[in-house]
Amino acid sequence: MAVGLAIVAGRAQLLDCDVEEPNAHLFLRPRLTERSPVTILVPEVDAERCTLCRRCNEACQFHAIAVMGNRTLVFPELCHGCGGCALACPEDAIREVPREVGVVESGHAGKIDFVHGRLNVGEPMATPVIRAVKAHLHGKRLTIIDAAPGTACPVVEAVKGSDFCLLVTEPTPFGLSDLGMAVEVMEKMAVPCGVVINRSEDGDEATEAFCASKNLPLLGCIPFDRRIAEAYARGQHPVYALPELGRQFEGILERTLDCAQGGQR
Amino acid sequence: MKELVVISGKGGTGKTTILASFAALAGRTALADCDVDAPDLCLLLHPEINHQEEFRGGQLAVIDQERCLRCGRCREVCRFEAITPGFSVEPLDCEGCGACRVVCPAEATELRERVAGDWFRGQTKYGPMVYARLRPAEENSGKLVALVRKQARVQAERDGIELLLTDGPPGIGCPVIATLGNADLALIVTEPTPSGMHDLERALALCSHFRVPAAVCVNKFDLNPGLEAKIHEFCAESQIAVTQSVPFDESVTKAIQQGVPLVEYDRGTASRAVAAVWREVINQLAGDKWIGAGVR
Repeated sequence: MAVGLAIVAGRAQLLDCDVEEPNAHLFLRPRLTERSPVTILVPEVDAERCTLCRRCNEACQFHAIAVMGNRTLVFPELCHGCGGCALACPEDAIREVPREVGVVESGHAGKIDFVHGRLNVGEPMATPVIRAVKAHLHGKRLTIIDAAPGTACPVVEAVKGSDFCLLVTEPTPFGLSDLGMAVEVMEKMAVPCGVVINRSEDGDEATEAFCASKNLPLLGCIPFDRRIAEAYARGQHPVYALPELGRQFEGILERTLDCAQGGQR
Repeated sequence: MKELVVISGKGGTGKTTILASFAALAGRTALADCDVDAPDLCLLLHPEINHQEEFRGGQLAVIDQERCLRCGRCREVCRFEAITPGFSVEPLDCEGCGACRVVCPAEATELRERVAGDWFRGQTKYGPMVYARLRPAEENSGKLVALVRKQARVQAERDGIELLLTDGPPGIGCPVIATLGNADLALIVTEPTPSGMHDLERALALCSHFRVPAAVCVNKFDLNPGLEAKIHEFCAESQIAVTQSVPFDESVTKAIQQGVPLVEYDRGTASRAVAAVWREVINQLAGDKWIGAGVR
């Protein structure tokens, strides 16, 4: 959906914030011209200065620094990079050093300004990488953000600060249940949102009824069509494979922009 | 006890469909749904809930406005920009790290536990099930996943059940890491698409990072048989076990709409393939040698 909207928008900035599994580049094949590591600051203890007072351990809420025997040990993959330990240390024995958790790459695909992030495998926290991708947001034109699935911190980080959130669902009990949870997140974040039904067939009534009950605009339906799945499987964006689909994406984009500018739900 | 975890790179590849069918085919098993921000397994297995509890995870800084001197030290040190110019804390931004508390000269800041979710234990036709639901926009899904797995194990032991089937979340971040640790086998469900292939490589790297044996199942293989062959080739080179592939079949969506496991909905092409995958996986879990590359 995000890539399709960027394609029909023409001039747009696309930020792929699904940093656990970034996929937009597979369809857009952008020319990536810049690459920078994403780091968080983690503590390094100067054993000469450390008096084993444990203040750092008491300050750390993530069990990332501990005194064991006559040493203070750091567990970098647990560290959230808050700097609390260094602030708590009375001996100035903690220095913070950058640790790489992922990478951000940017470039162009035709008229689309493209940025994506990639979390290093084995790293638990996606949010620093998402923040680094969003730091590239220039706001000169329409910005489309592709977010991870779910309702947890990666989604919150991706959606934060947006004018509007498009929720993509499927007309199944799974889709409806997950949509309900996503809408709760948007309500909590006070971000206006609307719904697109993907793989739509006869039998969307439950989703339509839910949208009506929540006063959510239904911004479009993408039909259930094996040709769409096959185009996707070839690595071709379905708007290129099915011309009528391009018009549907244009309609969704237009209605979404109307809603976003009208500030209505 | 043996634990099989089903994961995938992206959502919607068919994890829950496959896992629910495995439960029906196993007959008697314990179940854990670790997809705590999209817990859908219960929509197919309909557990009767017999226990429910709040999950407290993570913390939130709270500033006592009476004590606050408005010195601004907390705002200077907060790396998550969670403290407003009026010295209140924005819950969506607060990481719960307590750096603000370390520097506050007036002891105006305290950390309070957040209720980040709810977990449930229930009984399905096939055995006990534990699942959880993250509250909207909460953190600490990894800890909640660890709790779900632990409670499922406890219940399985109580009931004398030797098998635990765990439905994992998508991605490779903290909830997936919490789902994988010490599992006996991870079945990675993927699709024959460029994104499926890309996500599969990352999921396999994660399994190898945490030393969990992995097997791969290609779902909807006939959408692109060429890429399916490539995935099999890639797995053969990396010495990763591959199950029989599952075809694209509209019965899958219909079974979800009916709220039943696919193998109980019909005996169509996808249903039969999932049953074949189950036989391969259960043999692997039992310690038999992998027969390998999905004899179709």
